[in-house]
Amino acid sequence: MRVSVSWLREYVDLPADLPTGDLEQALVDLGIEVESVVDLAATVTGQLVVGEVREIEELTGFKKPIRFCRVDVGAANGTGEPQEIVCGARNFAPGDRVVVILPGGVLPGGFAIGARKTYGHNSAGMICSAKELGLGDDHSGIIVLGPDVTAKPGDDARPLVGLDDVVFDLEITPDRGYALSLRGLARELSHAFDVPLRDPALMPAPGGTETPAYPVEVRDTVGCDRFTARLVRGVDPTAPTPSWMAQRLVTAGIRSISLPVDITNYVMLELGQPMHAFDADRIAGPLVVRRAEAGEKLTTLDGVSRVLTADDMVICDDTGPISLAAVMGGETSEVVAGTTTVLFEAAHWDPAMVGRTARRHKLFSEAAKRWERGVDPAVALVALERAVRLLTEHGGGTPSAEILDIDHVRPRTPISLPADLPTRRVGVEYPPARVVALLERVGCTVAQGTDRLSEDPGTVGVASGVGAVLSVTPPTWRPDLTDPADLVEEVVRLDGYDRVPSVLPTAPAGRGLTPRQRRRRAVAGSLAERGYVEVLAHPFVSPELADQLGLPADDPRRPAVRVANPLSEEEPLLRTTLLGPLLGILKRNLGRGHRDLALYEIGAVFHPRLGAGSPPAMGVDRRPTDAEFAAADAVVPAQPVHVAVVLSGDLDPAGWWGAGRPAGWADAIEAARDVLAAAGIPDERVEVRAAEYAPWHPGRCAELRVDGSVVGHAGELHPVVAAALELPRRTSAMELDLDALPPTPVTPAPTVSGFPPALIDVALVVDDSVPAEQVRRALEAGAGELLEDVRLFDVYAGAQLGEGRRSLAYKLTFRAPDRTLTVEEAVAARDAAVAVAAERLGATLRGA
Amino acid sequence: MSYRNDPYDPKQVALLDPAALAEAVADATKAFEAAADPDALTALRSVHLGDRSPISLARREIGALPPAAKSDAGKRVNEARRAIESAYAERAEVVEREQAERVLVEERVDVTLPYDRRPRGARHPLSTLMESISDLFVGMGYEVAEGPEVDLEWVNFDALNIPADHPARGLMDTFHIASSDGSAGSGLVLRTHTSTVQTRTMLSRKPPIYVIVPGRVYRTDEIDATHSPVFHQAEGLVVDKGITMAHLRGTLDHFARAMFGPEAKTRWRPHYFPFTEPSAEFDVWFPEHRDGPQWVEWGGCGMVNPRVLRACGVDPEVYSGFAFGMGIDRTLMIRHGVSDIRHLFEGDVRFSRALGTGA
Repeated sequence: MRVSVSWLREYVDLPADLPTGDLEQALVDLGIEVESVVDLAATVTGQLVVGEVREIEELTGFKKPIRFCRVDVGAANGTGEPQEIVCGARNFAPGDRVVVILPGGVLPGGFAIGARKTYGHNSAGMICSAKELGLGDDHSGIIVLGPDVTAKPGDDARPLVGLDDVVFDLEITPDRGYALSLRGLARELSHAFDVPLRDPALMPAPGGTETPAYPVEVRDTVGCDRFTARLVRGVDPTAPTPSWMAQRLVTAGIRSISLPVDITNYVMLELGQPMHAFDADRIAGPLVVRRAEAGEKLTTLDGVSRVLTADDMVICDDTGPISLAAVMGGETSEVVAGTTTVLFEAAHWDPAMVGRTARRHKLFSEAAKRWERGVDPAVALVALERAVRLLTEHGGGTPSAEILDIDHVRPRTPISLPADLPTRRVGVEYPPARVVALLERVGCTVAQGTDRLSEDPGTVGVASGVGAVLSVTPPTWRPDLTDPADLVEEVVRLDGYDRVPSVLPTAPAGRGLTPRQRRRRAVAGSLAERGYVEVLAHPFVSPELADQLGLPADDPRRPAVRVANPLSEEEPLLRTTLLGPLLGILKRNLGRGHRDLALYEIGAVFHPRLGAGSPPAMGVDRRPTDAEFAAADAVVPAQPVHVAVVLSGDLDPAGWWGAGRPAGWADAIEAARDVLAAAGIPDERVEVRAAEYAPWHPGRCAELRVDGSVVGHAGELHPVVAAALELPRRTSAMELDLDALPPTPVTPAPTVSGFPPALIDVALVVDDSVPAEQVRRALEAGAGELLEDVRLFDVYAGAQLGEGRRSLAYKLTFRAPDRTLTVEEAVAARDAAVAVAAERLGATLRGA
Repeated sequence: MSYRNDPYDPKQVALLDPAALAEAVADATKAFEAAADPDALTALRSVHLGDRSPISLARREIGALPPAAKSDAGKRVNEARRAIESAYAERAEVVEREQAERVLVEERVDVTLPYDRRPRGARHPLSTLMESISDLFVGMGYEVAEGPEVDLEWVNFDALNIPADHPARGLMDTFHIASSDGSAGSGLVLRTHTSTVQTRTMLSRKPPIYVIVPGRVYRTDEIDATHSPVFHQAEGLVVDKGITMAHLRGTLDHFARAMFGPEAKTRWRPHYFPFTEPSAEFDVWFPEHRDGPQWVEWGGCGMVNPRVLRACGVDPEVYSGFAFGMGIDRTLMIRHGVSDIRHLFEGDVRFSRALGTGA
């Protein structure tokens, strides 16, 4: 809401010399956010003075009529001689006082004024229009000051045209509808500065009459609990909106349309009561206020034809709906150029209904904004009176003697507030008298109450402590005050948030991070230590990604959670694998000239609960039962946390030390093993097997198993996938489901023997389809307890081994815990190991 | 010179002559001094101390001397030999030291060669910041609570006192999850705040509750320098007996000093959040701000609305609580002077490497 300080001062006696900064701080301290402050005086720099036109010489021979003027600007120009100015406007005569900017001044938009020769004459300065001064859209002529203005030539013209004002742009929180009005803001500022408020709603207004001003029937008094209206006949349809009103509307960001419509908007800004002006001559028959019928149509003032639902409220005449109640009027009954009979309406609508209608029709009008946030139901007749007076004053006409008032507003029920609740909640000692005084200041009626807890279970949060209980009835303009906690906020807000002391609470002893949290940190740290760079990708992916990754039709990663309103229509799905977004980031890095990349991400993937349906409805008046919540929770997609790495280019770069080493499938598998080790899974529970799994190369993909269950995959990307994603060949990747890993066991300590090891090398020839992992397991199984370590140090395939055979050379380390091994013992263990490998896998000793 | 008419070679006998011995010592010493390195010196050892060296030949002559002269001559030869050996040892020490020094010079390398043989990895700075925030609160006895990113609307809104028709719900710019028929109305959303974990924590455990909730949240904000549809928050929730706004202030003050240095200060501005009442936004002031010491917006906070406690099964007559939340991305940007939030999510390795390697 944009509002000028001068307008605010009409309702509240702010200190005369109040610095703008202090006013801003006061608003902030009241909980009203200040988006911007514009000091209008600073928008025009240099000398902006009153000038009196002395002579006008009409210049001819140009494309348009031009005037050469001599204007008395007093001593402002330093000479006292009349200022010579060429002007294109014609709406002034000698003797008129106008607004002159002298050379050296700058108008809004950085338009610098100088002295120059134009149309054959010297022109030193400019006679200004309202638009040139940034005061509105009126460019029909220059500003001619009225006869009531007493300023002399040479006086500063800023105060005369409103350029001495300061405009605040305020952001009002959704609970404070009343602060979307001058009335509400003035009331707040009266609290802040402890100065008198002149409440415009206290203006005397006549009540409803027996005979209605216009026949109206309200059929739904829940949606519309008040409807007031009054006619003004014989209005001058040509009467313009007074410039002060238009200027305030423009400042507030509301377009000036016509006098009756401008008045409704002006009253809305002043009192917070949205209104509507009908052309009574364009209404056929009595008005009916009711819910719309589903499918009914209405063309609103913005020219859009709208299909209504049974939840919308409409105002109808004999022809059907003529207004979308509370949100926007209709075309057929709007005030037009020739309107002479105006029917003003000031009603009170159900905020929830208005909110739904506004959202459904995407019509967030100024009126709807106020209705949603709450409007004072008691101010309707005042608004009506204010509008009628403004119209008759500026547009003539006669108000009807009849006033319509259909009032179904229910009185507010008092809130029971233990007088010590603010103290207990805030931690500041507020004596009961202080609590009462602060609540009365915001307009509440406070009475000594009884504890109404037992009879009013709807009141939440009244701790029945010792001491007095206050019965607090909030003012009509504060529908947001419904609970004791709301009243506590009013107390602390007006008393000052800065008075709340700083005290650290004492938490009970905590248990630290959970094992799952510690594991994620360990994994993240270990990958970073290994040279991987962590990134955080957005989880939004395209439906085409599943095809690009080559996922089979029945792959469980194909069904995805879909966002109903995605930012990009191309990416409406949530990732089911980290690889899509992560490979996207890899590609972005490649595009930025990085060549050697090792990236990782730890994050959730999303798997929909297929066929789960919608969650059951749950209220908020009590905790849902465990069963109710479990039923709802079962609909929430599974969101396991995964870890993934992607690799491209060299893992060890080339340099002055020698050649680089390209990253490949083996590094991806190593990363997976590192992750499992960092996650605390012992090596002997981890198994690596060849697998065929998208999006990996079918011959270069490993599945990682823990205790026999698959927890992830690693290897080189399928060349088709790499090509589809425009990534280099040999790009490698790994992805593990961290949440699928078993809990970290307590690792038993190893026996660290101080006796020397016996090292024996053994080269085994096996069929090259035999995985090395199986050979290792066979050696381990055969070697027995003396085996400390098995290390594969060479893989060789050659003609002398025969087609389809390869040699695996292992270094076996034997060690006993209690003695130095003899050669015989070590050889026996070696032979036993080889024997098992031979038996299980047909391995033979190379050279044997 | 001769004592008598002996059958000995006068030249050999002459070797025992004191002058000859002195000459042998002098020759050896001179030769050793000339040796430039241990190898040359070693080669000279056999010349001056070996079997064919003058001193060794002299010793052999002693046997030929008359008994009376033997002792004297032996003494002289031994002295001379010791002198040569000593000269050798002295020289050896020098040339070995010189050799060692020479080796050190010869082995000198350019230690300024680039050492980037193993490229450095990095955590993401948001991850490390979330962890340090967690650690701070864990140190205060809190636990780190978590919840799903796609959650029930009831958890994200209703339970937090944001009814379906409330304008605050509209302000949340929510990503809705499509139901299986493609429409909105699945009852699921991408969580708009980590406050969902308030709901879930209160549903799943009994007070006293002291939790910190770092996590990822979503709003339908178009991407620009200050907006991202995905960002991160840390939310604190305390529910206990006798909790007041003073406890909230104490906690935020402590938090601010931990994040922004011991001189950091906080201030509150009254605000509106449906799930807290009273509510405030809070600013932090700290001296190291990129543009000089100043106040910057940091987050929102307040006393947990009793309606939220009730919906989550906590008795508002017995317990009260506070909650606060702030943007982690924003905190990172304020602390490090990051000008564009897109840097956090584009995944350029330069960004993580620059900010993600410290604690």
